[in-house]
This record gives sequence, C-alpha cells and structure tokens, in this order.
Amino acid sequence: MSAQQIVFLVTAGVALISAALVVTVRNLIHAGLWLVITLAAVAAIYVQLEADFLAVVQVILYIGAIAILIIFSVMLTRRVMADTGPQRIPQWPLAAVVALLVAGGLAYLLVQVPWPAAPDVDVSDTVLALGEAFVDPNLFVIPFEVATIILLVALIGSISLALPERESD
Amino acid sequence: MVPLSWYLVLAALLFSLGIYGVLARANAIGILMALELMLNGVILNIVAFWRYRAPTQVSGQMFAIIVFVVAAAEAAVGLALIISIYRRRGTVVAEDVSLLKW
Repeated sequence: MSAQQIVFLVTAGVALISAALVVTVRNLIHAGLWLVITLAAVAAIYVQLEADFLAVVQVILYIGAIAILIIFSVMLTRRVMADTGPQRIPQWPLAAVVALLVAGGLAYLLVQVPWPAAPDVDVSDTVLALGEAFVDPNLFVIPFEVATIILLVALIGSISLALPERESD
Repeated sequence: MVPLSWYLVLAALLFSLGIYGVLARANAIGILMALELMLNGVILNIVAFWRYRAPTQVSGQMFAIIVFVVAAAEAAVGLALIISIYRRRGTVVAEDVSLLKW
C-alpha cells in the first residue's frame, strides 16, 4: 500500500466519522462543528485529486460561509428545541434502512466496474485555464453569467424572506 | 495511485449519510446540514471523474464550481426560510410546519 493510499484512507475515515456524527449528534451546535471537520477533510481529498482551486473554494465557501451561516441560524433558533426532546423522528430506523440500501447498492455497483487508472498528465496550472474559460465566449461565459444571476436572486430573496414582518400592512 | 473506485465509494457513503440525516432529523436546520453532506458527496464524485477521465479539460471543474454556486444559494435561501418560519410560528421542527398539508 503506497503512501498516497494511506493518506487517502486517513482523510476518508475522518470525513466519514465526522459525517456520521453530523447526522446523529443531539446538540446541533456540535453537529455544525462536526460539519466543519467533514468539509475540511473533503477539501483535503480535493488536494489529493490535484484540484487545488476547488480545495480553496471549499474552505472559503463551505467552511467560511455556509457552515458559519448554519451555526448562526442554530443560535438564532436555539430556544425552541434546546437539547431536550427528540432530535430525530420516530421512524428513524426506516431512514437508516433506506440509507443503508443506497450505500450498499452504490458501493456494490462501483467496485464491480473496471475503472481505468488515472492518466499521467500534469494538471498543475488549472487555475489559469479555469479563469480563461470563465470569460471565453466560446466556453463558459454564459454559465458564468447565469451563476451570478442565481447568486443575486438568492441574495435578494433571502433578505426579503428573513426581513421581519411590518406591523402596518 | 489511489483507484478511482475508492473516491466514488467515499462519495456514495457521504451521500448515504446525508440521506439518513435528511430523512431522520427532526430539526429543519439539521436537515439542511445533511443536505450539505449530500452535495459534498456529489461534488467529490464530479471532481474524481474529472481527474481520472478528462484532466486536460476545464469542464469538469467548471461543473463542480456551478454546483458550489447552487449549494451556496440553496443554503442562503433555505436558512432564510427557516428563520422566517421560526419568526411566524415559533418552531423549527419540520413536522410542525404542516401548513400545506391537508
């Protein structure tokens, strides 16, 4: 077993254990902190896949924005559930069965397919290629603009949804 | 070199843990956290396929970036909805929000 494989197994183990804690831990603040660990481990796996830009985006966007947003909303809505009362629905064994079936089926299929080995090419300067592809009219300028519009709509929509109700109307 | 199937199995396991969380969590914010796990599994899948099948093209990473953008928009709007529901009805338990259920 090569060093790369050992590093992969360690980061994958960290990601899976903390992901399991995210969905099972009672205290939601702790679940949010375990989510940060999972996202960091996935960023480490992006580094092993030589997708360095995506690893940076994962840290900035997922850990820096989404995880913090989730932890803030847990704090804003904390009084209701606190840590008392059930944190999972009564039918949770059914949910576990569904998840196990999906995991087992997918894993069984995936290990049977004879996947080709990774092509031995240098992928170190993808950031430059990505930046050029984003503004190239023949490549991805339209998806880029659509993504900006999605973000603008989400921004305005979430502000107007979260605004407190006015008394007058 | 790590075989491609290891990455795909890891992504599938992350996705299934997310399914369990989405189905079993009572708290709406817990459901959103599990949703982020599922999205991470999907993006990991895309990136692994990009590295092993088409590393010389940018489209694989571009696909992953678009999914990142959608995930960010989804988290922002979802949390705004949850906070709005909490203001009006004083609950974040998904089962209690049955306004549209007859």
